[in-house]
Amino acid sequence: MNATEQTLRITGGRLFDGQGELRDNPGLLIRGGLVAGVGDAAARADSEYDATGCVVAPGFVDLCCNLREPGNGQKGNIASETRAAAHGGFTTVCASPETSPVNDSSAVTHLIREAASSRGAVRVLPIGAITRGLQGELLSDMAGLKAAGCVAVGNGSRGVINARTLRRCMAYAQTFGLTVMFSPENQALAADGYAHDGQVATRLGLLGIPEVAETAAVMEMLLLAEETGVRLHLSQLSCARSVEMLAQARQRGIAVTADVAMHQLVFTDQALAGFDSRFHVRPPLRSETDRRALVAGVREGVIDAIVSQHQPHDSAAKQAPLAASEPGLSSIESVLSLGLELVQRGELDLSRLLEALSSGPASVVERRAAIAEGMPADLCVFECEGQWLPSAQTLLSEGRHGPVLDRSLPGRMKLTLVAGGVAWSDAG
Amino acid sequence: MTANDPSPNHLQLTRDGQLRHFLTLDGLDRELLTDILDTADSFIEVGERRIKKVPLLRGRTVVNLFFESSTRTRSTFELAAKRLSADVLNLDISTSSTSKGESLSDTLLNLEAMASDMFVVRHSQSGAQHFIAESVTPGVAIINAGDGRHAHPTQAMLDMLTIRQHKGGFEGLKVAIVGDILHSRVARSQIRALNELGAAEVRAIAPATLLPTDVESLGCTVEYDMARGMKDLDVVMMLRLQKERMEGALLPSEREFYRLYGLNQEKLALAKPDCIVMHPGPINRGVEIESAVADGPQSVILNQVTNGIAIRMAVMSMAMSGQTAERQQKLSDTGEAAQ
Repeated sequence: MNATEQTLRITGGRLFDGQGELRDNPGLLIRGGLVAGVGDAAARADSEYDATGCVVAPGFVDLCCNLREPGNGQKGNIASETRAAAHGGFTTVCASPETSPVNDSSAVTHLIREAASSRGAVRVLPIGAITRGLQGELLSDMAGLKAAGCVAVGNGSRGVINARTLRRCMAYAQTFGLTVMFSPENQALAADGYAHDGQVATRLGLLGIPEVAETAAVMEMLLLAEETGVRLHLSQLSCARSVEMLAQARQRGIAVTADVAMHQLVFTDQALAGFDSRFHVRPPLRSETDRRALVAGVREGVIDAIVSQHQPHDSAAKQAPLAASEPGLSSIESVLSLGLELVQRGELDLSRLLEALSSGPASVVERRAAIAEGMPADLCVFECEGQWLPSAQTLLSEGRHGPVLDRSLPGRMKLTLVAGGVAWSDAG
Repeated sequence: MTANDPSPNHLQLTRDGQLRHFLTLDGLDRELLTDILDTADSFIEVGERRIKKVPLLRGRTVVNLFFESSTRTRSTFELAAKRLSADVLNLDISTSSTSKGESLSDTLLNLEAMASDMFVVRHSQSGAQHFIAESVTPGVAIINAGDGRHAHPTQAMLDMLTIRQHKGGFEGLKVAIVGDILHSRVARSQIRALNELGAAEVRAIAPATLLPTDVESLGCTVEYDMARGMKDLDVVMMLRLQKERMEGALLPSEREFYRLYGLNQEKLALAKPDCIVMHPGPINRGVEIESAVADGPQSVILNQVTNGIAIRMAVMSMAMSGQTAERQQKLSDTGEAAQ
């Protein structure tokens, strides 16, 4: 991260400053890692960046990202995955506690933060494990995790054993003002499933995860959050009914936010029709009705954030029959592009997409993502129309199993700045 | 590659629509299914000869790759391959490499090094044979001998052959499938075949716990009450009930299941008088079927076994000739390109 007194001016193109609509870029001046001026056209700068034909937006914030460090070097590491994040326009990623060892102690949190500050291309905000070892049974040292720099606590993609433990987790987290992040799934109902329990699973004989595995958990979590008063963030929703319950909870005044993975907004269980293990994800891709409701949830602001749910794997983890493969997509580099396809199809506004990728998620972790005077110069510049070809050669992540491969996508990333320093540039 | 093409046909058919793998009945049309039945018919005669061999697969190596043990299916495949004059290797993988942690991809690489021409595969995971067909060297045919809950296409086709022998065809037939449809790859393939071949009605008879979500989308109606479901039937196909089903809280007891869904003479009397009784075997007498019915005049269970060999000979020879045709096509393509 470059924090010299060198100045850079970005001119041309359109600007999204974190809220409202896009407008013509009045010229940005960056000095000392900060946005020194917006619309200060006259001031002299050491260098210029011409963003004509591009969109300039706050750097994206990912609430759900697996960096695989410590412990899973064969799948990825902080250096490789933050580079991939920067390539995707992300300037801040929240690191999932599902590492090895699990991030359930301040020592592991420090390890992640040190690795991120020495080798990371973007900012890394660790999420602590809410239960020890993510086992869903014993409370972790949440106060210690917070002091070490965890921005929230959660159980990764794993469930919590029972409602009593969940209730105590929430009450304890609330004591320290910690946000709890849960991917809602009732483990007994999900059982051994790995696909949406619908027509595709029935035809292909796949073990299904019924919608009620999610909706029952959402309801339980909402009731417990209301009772304990904790700030609840529901992560990676997949069902139409969950969006409905979320909206109702908001109306009741429950402090709840939510996110959805980009692939849930784009794909359905039809992606599994050829037994394609790449699309083995958890929660599973569901029906077209669910997909539409999730997009509507983002459009209407019921869902605050879109996440990558980036889960890079080594090829052996994915080169297996569907049931034997590990869940997850290497997705962080194509989040924007898939979102732009939704914009092109008229399902989502560009400004709403960018909000759900930047200021929306930032506010969940009590941060701000905006291009405004005095803010850190975390931003990205991309061409909406410009195409790029995701492939094993162009993806920077160690995981080569992107949701789209060898088909060109809109949204070519030109430049990603973190604190004014170049985190990624197409100029090399 | 496959993500955006949900039809399995790019995998199992050649450009000219010939079979090159046999993975599922999904996407195979009536003409091809009829072709399989007709070819099998011609092989039945071979089984009646004193010397039961034809040279169609002479010099070819067929590997029976069973990741899930099954004596009977494997034996009929072995017999079918031998009657086609192939060399046969039986590998029971369920007890060897995979338990040592070798991945499926690695197992395959090793077997391919033995220069086989065809793998007959049974696997406990749905779609495993698709995965294998996508990863094997071109020219090697994959025959599905049952994958997870997905498909058991040779079983369904031998059932169709048996029905055609007894009923003359499929038009207007009312067929019921009774029992554990949720876990059954046989039922999924049967429903698909009956729909494609033009049966009038396919009924799924089972309690709700043994039916997959949205089972009607497969092309059948649902009947919980077996007495109602037996009415006007031409064919009743029973399924095997695994003992584990009691443990998963899917059924209370074998006794209650037998009382409600077991086929006895009394229930059979509710169907048409010439209704045939089928079962993919091995049968659980007194669990899903009464001995008097299994051994009775309407039972065609042993015909099914005989037909199994003919159907497997048909599918193996068709897939091998599809692979050969494809190879020749490719050779002539590259030949033309070279000119």
